[in-house]
Amino acid sequence: MSLSHEIIKEKLNSQFGEKILHWEESYGMLAATVQHDHNLKVLTFLNDEPSLGFQFLTDLTGVHYPDRKGEELAVVYHVHNLKENVRLRLKVFVPIEKPDVYTATGLFSGANWMERETYDFYGVNFIGHPDLRRVLNVDEMDYFPLRKEYPLEDQTRIDKDDEMFGR
Amino acid sequence: MTSEQVNINLPEGSIEKKTTRLNLGPTHPATHGVFQNILEMDGERIIKAESTVGYIHRAFEKIAERRPLYQITTLTDRLNYCSAPLNNMGWHLTCEKLLGVKTPKRVDYLRVIIMELSRISDHLICNSIVGVDTGAYTGFLYVMQYRELIYEIYEEVCGSRLTTNMGRIGGFERNFSETAFRKVEKFLEEFPVVWKEFENLFNRNRIFIERTVGTGAISAERALNYGFTGPNLRAAGVDYDVRVHSPYSSYEDFDFIIPVGKTGDNYDRFMVRNEEIWQSLSIVQQAYQKVQAFKGTEADVYHADSPEYYLPAKADVYTKMEALIYHFKIVMGETDIPAGEVYNSIEGGNGELGFYLITDGGRAPFRLHFRRPCFIYYQAYAEIIKDTMLSDAVVTLSSLNLIAGEMDA
Repeated sequence: MSLSHEIIKEKLNSQFGEKILHWEESYGMLAATVQHDHNLKVLTFLNDEPSLGFQFLTDLTGVHYPDRKGEELAVVYHVHNLKENVRLRLKVFVPIEKPDVYTATGLFSGANWMERETYDFYGVNFIGHPDLRRVLNVDEMDYFPLRKEYPLEDQTRIDKDDEMFGR
Repeated sequence: MTSEQVNINLPEGSIEKKTTRLNLGPTHPATHGVFQNILEMDGERIIKAESTVGYIHRAFEKIAERRPLYQITTLTDRLNYCSAPLNNMGWHLTCEKLLGVKTPKRVDYLRVIIMELSRISDHLICNSIVGVDTGAYTGFLYVMQYRELIYEIYEEVCGSRLTTNMGRIGGFERNFSETAFRKVEKFLEEFPVVWKEFENLFNRNRIFIERTVGTGAISAERALNYGFTGPNLRAAGVDYDVRVHSPYSSYEDFDFIIPVGKTGDNYDRFMVRNEEIWQSLSIVQQAYQKVQAFKGTEADVYHADSPEYYLPAKADVYTKMEALIYHFKIVMGETDIPAGEVYNSIEGGNGELGFYLITDGGRAPFRLHFRRPCFIYYQAYAEIIKDTMLSDAVVTLSSLNLIAGEMDA
């Protein structure tokens, strides 16, 4: 494997400097936390730079960390260099009041629905997305269900009285 | 823009409107699942398509945030239900990666047998449905009884057939019985003959070739850009296979090839799946021989030695103190999961099935995301069927191997 984690780190650090906020390596995968207005720049650089070549978007999703004040929502990208078989995780944190990140649909057509899904469940606003609508939930829904403030129904509740399905 | 396309955005009923709006789905026999396509038609030709999904969304990712790891296996069954054991094994492998459980070789090989059998059953359904949509019902009905042989093997191993909930973190709930091995042997003996017959029906069939060659094609660049994985990507000519690129469950011990297509059309997808079935058969054969080579006490190994996460056998729970304690801790979800963040993927029936798991040290995952291959590649459908005939769109839909359960999670 010629594209080692050190090379990736070095290239991104020299290109973006302090815009890369944090490096981490867990279970064999390198992960970078990027300043939230630089997500698209970093993805484009990873995609265009021939020596990096992260041209395959494996996964895009959101995470809600209610305890991280001011950066509650995270958007997580998993990009893959298929030739060298190296994966990289990118994270951007955004405040829940203004969850704006740039869309990656210009780079990856596949990002379209993945971003819609992330919007659907977390309310992340992808600036520049061609069609940012809900994808799995009903259109009329007025909240973002995977956020942590919406707990699942208490399994021990006893106030339900339904002959067919009740407990 | 041709003259017919000019007025497609006019409201329904406008006198200048020359195209017809057609709803394909959500419940339509040809969609083989619950998804809707709103098609703008010029005669038989599709001018524009808009896909809608989410009709059977069941909030698995939310539910998973309350369940202990072993209870999530049942959720993964219901993703791609044509190859449920593959999802189960993928989930167990993810948990094992997080928990640092090392499985013995025999467990790996037993898992390979099950995973490849379910890959066969997945491809078998997909390819025979492509046959149905091109007008050949016979093949589908004929091979269905051989899927039954696979389901009987599942039944012998874990007790259920469709939504299997097979195995546990660290291995299997019990050793494969002699009957299970006899059934694998029976399958290996009978299935190749039948599959050859199936291939004879289709591969050089003129009607089938004319319906599939050149229809529903996608180039390798577009497929990669859309995040295609699995047979659909390989049909476009990219030899990406998770089993080879990042081997899991001892796939590096097996000898097999990755079949690739060239044009990425319906015929190539069909042929890639056909060839993968032969490769899977060979892998099952190899794994079966490797398993048979274990003798004596080694042949009794069917789970890893990790009492903290592997649910003990019921007989031990009644008679042994430690087993009782671990049983209680696991069932009540008292075993805390170490905090961590892990992405693990396997080669699922229709592409790279990934599990992105974040834990914060509690009893349940903090966040679990399924990378569902067909949710990602179905986006390309509108682009693929643009300017093709409606009847080709139906074949394309089935040859992409879309499983509504997986798409909607």
